[in-house]
Amino acid sequence: MKISYYPGCTLRTKAKELDVTARLCAKALGVEMEEIENWQCCGAVYPMGTDEIATKLSAVRALDYAKHHGGKLLTLCSACHNVIKRTNEDMKANGDICFRANNYLKLDEPYKGETEVIHYLEMLKNVVGFDNIKKAVVKPLNRKIGAYYGCLLLRPSGVMAFDNPENPTIIEDFIRAIGGTPVVYPFRNECCGAYVSLKNSELPKQKSQKVLASAKEKGAEEVITACPLCLYNLQVNGGDILPVKYFTELLAEALGVEA
Amino acid sequence: MQRIGVFVCWCGSNIAATVDVEKVAEVIKSEPGVVYSANYQYMCSENGQQLVKQAIKEHNLTGIVIGACSPRMHEATFRKAAEEAGLNPYMVEIANIREHCSWIHKDMDEATEKAIILVRTAIAKVKLNAPLMAGESPVVKRALVIGGGIAGIQAALDIADAGFEVDIVEKNATIGGRMAQIDKTFPTLDCSACILTPKMVDCAQHENIDILSYSEIEEVKGFVGNFSVKIRRKARYVDETKCTGCKICMEKCPSKKGLNEFNMNLNTRPAIYIPFAQAIPNVAVIDPTQCIKLKTGKCGICQKFCGVGAIDYEQKDTFIERQYGAIVVATGFKPIDLDNFNEYGYNDNKDVITSLELERLMNAAGPTNGVLLRPSDGEHPKTITFIQCVGSRDTSGCGKPYCSKICCMYTAKHAMLIREKYPDTQVNVFYIDVRTPGKNYDEFFRRAVEQYGVNYIKGMVGKVYNENGKLMVQGSNLIDNEQVTIESDLVVLAAAIEPEPSVRKIATLLTTSIDTNNFLTESHAKLRPVESPTAGVYLAGVCQGPKDIPETVSQASACAAKVIGLLVKNKLKTNPCVASANENMCNGCSQCANVCAYGAITYEDKEFRLGGGKTEIRRVASVNPAVCQGCGACTVTCPSGAMDLKGFSSKQIMSEVEAICKM
Amino acid sequence: MTKEERIENLNRLSGTDVRKCMKCGKCSGRCPAFHEMDIKPHQFVSMLEQGKIDQLLQSKAIWSCLSCMACVERCPRGVAPANVVEAVRDTVVRMQGANGIKAEEIPPIVDELIPQQLLVSAYRKYNK
Repeated sequence: MKISYYPGCTLRTKAKELDVTARLCAKALGVEMEEIENWQCCGAVYPMGTDEIATKLSAVRALDYAKHHGGKLLTLCSACHNVIKRTNEDMKANGDICFRANNYLKLDEPYKGETEVIHYLEMLKNVVGFDNIKKAVVKPLNRKIGAYYGCLLLRPSGVMAFDNPENPTIIEDFIRAIGGTPVVYPFRNECCGAYVSLKNSELPKQKSQKVLASAKEKGAEEVITACPLCLYNLQVNGGDILPVKYFTELLAEALGVEA
Repeated sequence: MQRIGVFVCWCGSNIAATVDVEKVAEVIKSEPGVVYSANYQYMCSENGQQLVKQAIKEHNLTGIVIGACSPRMHEATFRKAAEEAGLNPYMVEIANIREHCSWIHKDMDEATEKAIILVRTAIAKVKLNAPLMAGESPVVKRALVIGGGIAGIQAALDIADAGFEVDIVEKNATIGGRMAQIDKTFPTLDCSACILTPKMVDCAQHENIDILSYSEIEEVKGFVGNFSVKIRRKARYVDETKCTGCKICMEKCPSKKGLNEFNMNLNTRPAIYIPFAQAIPNVAVIDPTQCIKLKTGKCGICQKFCGVGAIDYEQKDTFIERQYGAIVVATGFKPIDLDNFNEYGYNDNKDVITSLELERLMNAAGPTNGVLLRPSDGEHPKTITFIQCVGSRDTSGCGKPYCSKICCMYTAKHAMLIREKYPDTQVNVFYIDVRTPGKNYDEFFRRAVEQYGVNYIKGMVGKVYNENGKLMVQGSNLIDNEQVTIESDLVVLAAAIEPEPSVRKIATLLTTSIDTNNFLTESHAKLRPVESPTAGVYLAGVCQGPKDIPETVSQASACAAKVIGLLVKNKLKTNPCVASANENMCNGCSQCANVCAYGAITYEDKEFRLGGGKTEIRRVASVNPAVCQGCGACTVTCPSGAMDLKGFSSKQIMSEVEAICKM
Repeated sequence: MTKEERIENLNRLSGTDVRKCMKCGKCSGRCPAFHEMDIKPHQFVSMLEQGKIDQLLQSKAIWSCLSCMACVERCPRGVAPANVVEAVRDTVVRMQGANGIKAEEIPPIVDELIPQQLLVSAYRKYNK
């Protein structure tokens, strides 16, 4: 099957390995990711101010494109997923934002949140199925792996509807599917320090080190994430407590897919 | 010729501040048929009623309209006044110009215009009213109490002491309810079992009380004074008349890994068990999901060892049907599930427990024999942190919007008991507000702080997590404007309470109403607090709203007083506003019988003359006026218009609609 | 603009109803940036409710909030403290010369590891 795919700015540059491994694995699992045309950067953070319209338009354009190309939009980077999914909810449920965004865009037909936004992990779980991944694994990863969810996939849970925001299980299920042993640790849904690291690296240092120390204390040998900024903070600000990788890198390893 | 009198009430300023009552009375004077119109400050007062009575006599009124508050408030008052003046009480109509008008409008002109319309509408109806006579129905002198917790026990004892027979139907294997699980009770700290179990024994020994344990309500028919209730007696696989409670079966049972519900699943019990030492009845029960014999057919050890031959693996559920004059609902509560509150780590950490679990851990008959040991490793906790309002006062959708009311007091109790018994233990309490209204309640809470040195921290906890085997409780200290992290050995969550889920089914069976939080609704929040809106059904305990033991007992006794007041009557007046079928129009389709919630409609074959000496036999509906509650469901369902409601006939309703549309 | 209008604007921009707050402090109990903030998350809500606009606009905490949504997620009353912080931050950076990051500060910090996402998100948060 084919699915419209939004890579986002970082996956074309600093996080190429996330993008490349995800595409190869999807192909190996029977899903073709079709990059949408002329996508623009989503803005990386969801603008919460109720008068923010222009900052949401690139997300709406991508959503509208997907609406006419299969009705689903696949995301991979946690930040893109957060921005696009929350913007989509505005288009669905916030009449004022929807009206004003459509006024700017002048589409042939107004966009009203029709597209379904799905994250790559949700695609693995609901479209491919973890059982099928298990069957496709050639090299089970016999390692203890800590899932790092961070904030963006989970919160606000009312809109993201990704998993239980305090007790998520989807990445742990994924780890099991690729033959690893998931390590549950209490800081897997705590913030890494996010964009603050550009202005002040002290706070991200504390936060990232706490995340990795918590994972290590509970027995993890490595940590996986879906977010390039989380990866950066954990690697650069988290010290050398544990290795950090994109979850798709481990998927590629387990499936025996060479980049 | 109709002679209608109209009486417009000011209700002090409740109506008069928004409705020009004098104008209403004046305008209405010119309505056809109206021969008298007056207004008065308080029509429901002695003087107001006198005014009504006098006018009825002086002006020979054939019908009256009272423009006042809701008929739920004073319809009965004015019907009685009319009757005293010689007018049939069903020739009285109420125009609700308070709740439906003055209270919801601000503009005087608009409200006055609406009040005039409402009074005109009532006039249109009263002109078509016919005098009705209330019938009588007998009263069955027996009460049913649903639920055998402290509320049910108290209500049953009070009713039985007054000389009436009572059945307690309890879904569990023993009566006692939540109070039996509690260790000590606030504000006096007496032992819960010590004050409860004598009452349980009193129930068992009372000649007027029949305890139907391990039983559930299946079906309810009838009406106030005459309920007919079908009760399922669940198979307990033990003959209640033979079992002596010797417990040899419990010792010998090889399947010992069932979770002990009475101990909040903190330890295990055998497949055949008596829930706790003072259970009433003191009779074993087999858990069929756990019993090897019932699951595989092999075992039968308990049967072999039972000295009195009480074990019966072939037992099936049985049904009994009994008649009651009144029903008390006392179904109680449970703590909420904490799946939505995983920030407190309840599912991931054994040492994060609920307050009810702590009760069992502190109880001498509990899993640790009353020694406070934490569940993970059996060690003495040295630092214990309590978190209040877990799921209470929560409008986010995760919890309950209401205050659970009992948590502030039981947390203070727990904190004090722990400091008393283990003075080397540090006790912290995170709270939002401490709510302790009640006699000696705030003094009780202050004692925890001032005498026992319990550390109360104003602020909510954001996260509980495990770090190197310690529970870290991270929360706000709002007074000091700090974020604190307290290393703790045990964390106790004051989980919100909610009505026992089985109450939903019972509410449906009793056709009584339930609110959005699954609490049963009382008839009037202030003036009829123990009556449900369904006549003859009363409410006691937490099924009606959060409350502690003293309040529950008070409410249960109040219920009993109401039940006794009902059962001493030999006959009840029935509501004459019931349905009746026009047999000439009825086509026998049965639709009315299908929608009747009270089973009041039956069908009979009747012979009708067709003229010319011919007859035919037709199937027609017949309403039992003693059973009909006058809800009107049949009248709107009847496709041929044969069903009509006395006092609310289709013609009357249409004339009301016409009066409104006349504008 | 009158003070009332400024209060109303901030309320509107935040899109959250601060009157629903029951002062439990769960937001501040959870906040990962609490120790870095001069005005704490629960105070953003309460100060907006009391109309203390000038104090809010002076806050340094708007540069520390991580927008991690933990406060929003856990509020028992459906209030969104992070949205109030963002409304204050938006109001500040929309003022002349009040950007949180100056362009010339960037090149020296950028190394080959910094992802584009970090630059874009920090710019979106701190600049207009």
